Amino acid sequence: MPNKPLPSPRPTSKAGALLRQAPRLTVLLLVAPVAAGLFGTIAPVLRDHAAPMQAVLTWQGLPVAVMLSVKTGVLSTLGALVITLLVVASLGDGRAFRLIQHLLAPLLAVPHAAAALGLAFLIAPSGWLARLVSPWATGWQHPPDLLVLNDPGGWALTLGLMAKEVPFLLLMTLAALPQTDARRRVLQAQSLGAGRVAGFVVGVLPTLYAQLRLPIYAVLAYAMTVVDMAFILGPTLPPTLSAQIVIWMNDPSLSGRDLAAAGATLQVALVLTAIVIWRLAEAVASRLLTRAAWAGLRAPLADRMARPIGLALGFGFAGLLFSGLAGLGLWSVAGLWQFPDATPETLSLTTWRRAGPDLVASTGLTLAIAAVATLAALALVLACLEAEQRFSLSPGANGLFILYLPLIIPQIAFLPGLQSLSLRLGVEGSWWAVAAAHLVFVLPYVFLSLAAPYRSLDPRFRLAAQSLGARPLRLFVTVILPLLLRPILTAMAVGLAVSIGQYLPTLLIGGGRVETLTTEAVALSSGANRRLIGAYGLAQTLLPAAGFALAIALPAIVFRHRRGMEART
Amino acid sequence: MIKDLSLNQLRITRAGKEMIDLTVQIRGGEVLTIMGPSGAGKSTALAAILGTLPDAFQRSGQILLNGQEISTLPTHERRVGLLFQDDVLFPHLSVGANLAFAIPTSVKGRQARAQMVDDALNQAGLAGYAPRDPATLSGGQRARVALMRALLAEPCALLLDEPFSRLDAALRIQIRAFTLQTIRDRQIPAILVTHDAEDAVAAGGQILSPLGHKVVL
Repeated sequence: MPNKPLPSPRPTSKAGALLRQAPRLTVLLLVAPVAAGLFGTIAPVLRDHAAPMQAVLTWQGLPVAVMLSVKTGVLSTLGALVITLLVVASLGDGRAFRLIQHLLAPLLAVPHAAAALGLAFLIAPSGWLARLVSPWATGWQHPPDLLVLNDPGGWALTLGLMAKEVPFLLLMTLAALPQTDARRRVLQAQSLGAGRVAGFVVGVLPTLYAQLRLPIYAVLAYAMTVVDMAFILGPTLPPTLSAQIVIWMNDPSLSGRDLAAAGATLQVALVLTAIVIWRLAEAVASRLLTRAAWAGLRAPLADRMARPIGLALGFGFAGLLFSGLAGLGLWSVAGLWQFPDATPETLSLTTWRRAGPDLVASTGLTLAIAAVATLAALALVLACLEAEQRFSLSPGANGLFILYLPLIIPQIAFLPGLQSLSLRLGVEGSWWAVAAAHLVFVLPYVFLSLAAPYRSLDPRFRLAAQSLGARPLRLFVTVILPLLLRPILTAMAVGLAVSIGQYLPTLLIGGGRVETLTTEAVALSSGANRRLIGAYGLAQTLLPAAGFALAIALPAIVFRHRRGMEART
Repeated sequence: MIKDLSLNQLRITRAGKEMIDLTVQIRGGEVLTIMGPSGAGKSTALAAILGTLPDAFQRSGQILLNGQEISTLPTHERRVGLLFQDDVLFPHLSVGANLAFAIPTSVKGRQARAQMVDDALNQAGLAGYAPRDPATLSGGQRARVALMRALLAEPCALLLDEPFSRLDAALRIQIRAFTLQTIRDRQIPAILVTHDAEDAVAAGGQILSPLGHKVVL
């Protein structure tokens, strides 16, 4: 006698039904602003037989601006990828590798603008590097007339981009590495006579790259369209396309806005084309890799070369960033500091005292915006991940792509449209509208940071609590949240750092009236007050760094009597 | 109240392959042993009784606890306790808080709950351990806390998923005796899943394969 199958148990409380909708709501919050913004940007361009587009296409600086955008974007991404892979392939898991791992969080926390300002202070003709070798080696008594900074070739910008991209790609690589079975595959290849690097390239890289693809596209899109770094480090007359778009936007005439919209449309096309070409290059590289495997790639020489090169470049960029920040700090307390001197003659707190009230106000506003965006993102991400666990939903590849959507579609492309929308709604210039715009960029990072720890939490804790009679909410609050305190705080620190570093959304949605540390630092960068720039750059760096420090310290204090909750290293 | 757990033609298949076929009544204080090699689906039966069976499995038949069908209830309302291979104490809570977590919310007042925790610790020979960090306890102590925690939730049935297999030989006999005696004292129906013949014999009840055949040792 056949038994009738029974319905499986489905708790259908109101809260449960609401939770079930969390992933849909999150997708909507990621897709809607990007889609609406893109539409708002592109639609006006098509008016009058695309007259704005024709105006942009006849702009004299266009070929150079486009070339700059492509060159700085592609070269910095390629360079950062190669350095990342060199570090991972050659270092194994020894001491140097662990040191780099520890340096990652502070490096990631440095906002793009602060990194660029630090680098500018370092490499400018009157910068620290020139001072260190002058006058004894160079004979310079005055800053030389060299275009090192804002060089027409965009090399300073490329360097700055790489310094920020290497830590990001390294982090993504370290997250993906455990899923590639790297250690055993390299060992296997070595036992067959291949070198370490050859074993990594043939055995690990294809699996690894598949997981790095979206982060790399995000880096490429970002690098091609970055605005704040381009203002600080990039060339002028013409600048990169994205920087020119912002200049057009700030043009009070109406034609400026049209030019900006057309330029932004062109910029999307440019980024998408670059990604397609990159994708084709991947196919070619994959062919070459297969051929190398057939040929029995051994590359013993690569092993000896990769390690010192990877180490030098990895630590070189870390050193560049850190010494740049040190330069910002030193300038902010410098009294008299004349050119060839390597250090200031006197130190003083005058700059900090004078800028104090403005700094405090900017810091408060920056924090408020970052806190609102991060808390909203955290609530959504927790709801998504909890819904995933409770209703056994399996996130598809589409979910991951949607997460990367606001990171791959350039900000410069959809923010102008969003700005028009915010103007029409009358919310432009309010700090919470800026926070809402930040949410679109904070959300993906908070999700990426928290998803892996959440999904890998031992499912037996959940089961144990359920079998003890704990209702879903109690289970979540008393078991899941405390067990995940450490990754939750880290995700919050990441969210804060992302929000604090945002330049373009703050500038555009804030209508120039919402003055955060980042917009102020970038605005100051065109001036000559190095002491003030140093103070703002340092404050902008210290804020996210404090977030990461708290994320490490708090769990250690809360769980100081719980050995089972110690950080696993 | 007589406690009993009945499986009535409980059948579970996956992709057409039959994994579980059990019809059995377990009275209070009895321990049914389900025995078989690993991968034979022993734990699948426990998942069905707990209500955590993945969607890939098809289930039919009844699961009756004290005569009441529980298979449509969510896990936390089933009143079925569970002991794992490891103790699965919550690492962020003290021993006392781990135990208090299990006490039904109908017991009000910090004093009353603390008293129940102390009583449970006394029974387990762990008086004064409430403020301790579970990570500082020995394996045997943790196993006893885990058992006490499961019992404080006042379960109507207890499922034991190879709870002794990670303990060393001497400790194993001691914890096993303590657990089985407690089950008999409380008159709770229990199901033990194991691949160890000694465990099965010690349990003293029926021994069945996942497909319901009597296992002769």
